[in-house]
Amino acid sequence: MESQPIHTVLSTENLSIGYSSKQGDTMIASNIDLAIPQGQLVGLVGINGAGKSTLIRTLAGLQSSLSGNISLNETLIPNIEPQALARQLSVVLTGQAISKNLSVLELVSLGRQPYTNWFGSLSESDLQSITSALKATDTETLKNKKCYELSDGQLQRVLIARALAQDTAMMILDEPMTHLDLHHKASVLKLLTNIAHEQQKLVLFSTHDIELAIAQCDQMIVLQNGKAIINTPKQLIQKGVFDALFPSENVRFDSKAGRFVIG
Amino acid sequence: MKTNRSYTIPLIALAIGLVCCFFINISLGSVAIPLSDVFNSLVGGEVSKSSSEFIIHDYRLPKAIMAIMTGSGLAVTGLLMQTLFRNPLAGPFVLGISSGASLGVALFILGGTAFGITSTMAFGKWGLIIASATGSFLVFLIVLGVASRVRDTMALLIIGLMVGSLTSAVVSVLSYFSKAEELQQYIFWSFGSLGDVSWQSIRLLFYCFIAGLILAMTHLKELNALLLGDTYAKTLGVNYTRSRFVIIIATSLLAGSITAFAGPIAFIGLAVPHLIRQIIPTSNHRILFPAVILGGAILMLICDTIAQVPLSEYTLPINAVTALVGAPVVIWLLVRKKKLVF
Repeated sequence: MESQPIHTVLSTENLSIGYSSKQGDTMIASNIDLAIPQGQLVGLVGINGAGKSTLIRTLAGLQSSLSGNISLNETLIPNIEPQALARQLSVVLTGQAISKNLSVLELVSLGRQPYTNWFGSLSESDLQSITSALKATDTETLKNKKCYELSDGQLQRVLIARALAQDTAMMILDEPMTHLDLHHKASVLKLLTNIAHEQQKLVLFSTHDIELAIAQCDQMIVLQNGKAIINTPKQLIQKGVFDALFPSENVRFDSKAGRFVIG
Repeated sequence: MKTNRSYTIPLIALAIGLVCCFFINISLGSVAIPLSDVFNSLVGGEVSKSSSEFIIHDYRLPKAIMAIMTGSGLAVTGLLMQTLFRNPLAGPFVLGISSGASLGVALFILGGTAFGITSTMAFGKWGLIIASATGSFLVFLIVLGVASRVRDTMALLIIGLMVGSLTSAVVSVLSYFSKAEELQQYIFWSFGSLGDVSWQSIRLLFYCFIAGLILAMTHLKELNALLLGDTYAKTLGVNYTRSRFVIIIATSLLAGSITAFAGPIAFIGLAVPHLIRQIIPTSNHRILFPAVILGGAILMLICDTIAQVPLSEYTLPINAVTALVGAPVVIWLLVRKKKLVF
């Protein structure tokens, strides 16, 4: 890419995440300080219940934080109008009951909603964004298919195409590789890497596939014991962060091989 | 939303179909009136028999217009609810919205005597509309409240069934205390009827009908976003709370006012959007909305033509005819397509 000044897309300050209810707040993680620039692929890992989904939902503005600040392009997220936010932040979620009667083209074109008028009319540039999103995700041949005709892997690519059509500085994905086989996991991960590096977007995704993330991510966020540690995979390995990720009786991290072994 | 192809031709075909059904509906009945006379009468020309002129203007034309508004309006409510609930089985009748309207009307017509208040009918047609729309609005809020807590389809359908049972229970209790003529009035209302409506009533329904359609039309973009679910819609910049509210208002306005005048009419709201999706396989509300309006009007005109039992003196309750036509259609769709999509 051209030598643009690299600026921080996402930053958090003293962020605490969790759930508030009438009985009081349930803190899941606190003191989260992040500053992530554009053009990076960032993987979020942690054991079940560590708060990956909560952090994803909080960063995506779908859930309020318990305390602290989240800024997107140096503006506090609560101060951004919903429509303006939708032009800066796109989201790919799992387990949503989307209408399977949507065709691929229809679904991807919904990504342009933040840019269209009240009636949703698509301009020439909207159509271009849709076409290039289909091209980048290699889903052009699917565009006339209905969503119920797609395999899990294809649907995931199409959902990513929709987020790509939204043309935002940051893309957040909640476990985009679950339910996929290794081949499709790799293809999704490569696609996300391309989006981050070639289109200079910040791509943040949560995953259980720690080894794949270590191999591919520029930075990783490890959620552990209510804290978030962010660093490059290499540094995280050196500091032994992964060694303590799981309770030691079943798996341990082999830092030389960069992978987990049973025993 | 970008559709995969243009659907102008099916839409034009539906519009032509509507015009044909409109003329056939007016022409057929206990007495057949030649189509040429129907046309001449409507454009103000010469009619061969003066009795035909009278039948058309005072009976069949208002009835046909009622059929169009009823069919279109209910079909639109079906479309709105299927998208809002992301549930192919949603429709004003299945979810108990029509029952809610019936409950409102029952309380209005029968409740007067039961609660010792006299002359409820003094409030007239507006009272009927308000009672009916309030009933459907309240039921809609209950259903929506439940829907936001339980994502389970079955729970929603059970709620609809329960509201239906509750309505008939309340009607039973009220009928025990009310006068015979009030009961008769309610029973006749519940059969559903498109005829015997004054031009004044038609104008009244027309205002509600247009208001409901305009409200829905301003939210076609949001409805498209809601196809992805409320969470995705929010991330696309949709103000979910407000949009949902407007869609609820539009639905209860349409279902409530139509039910007030035409009685509880089953299956049109549920079946028409599915039938339209067979002809026009898109999810885009900008296309489905006009298509469903046309399709609803066509189906209702056909049902009404059947209900008139052409060339006989009999008239079937319209409610029975829509169920006789609608229920097999839904079963046929389920069997043939294995599943209903929304």
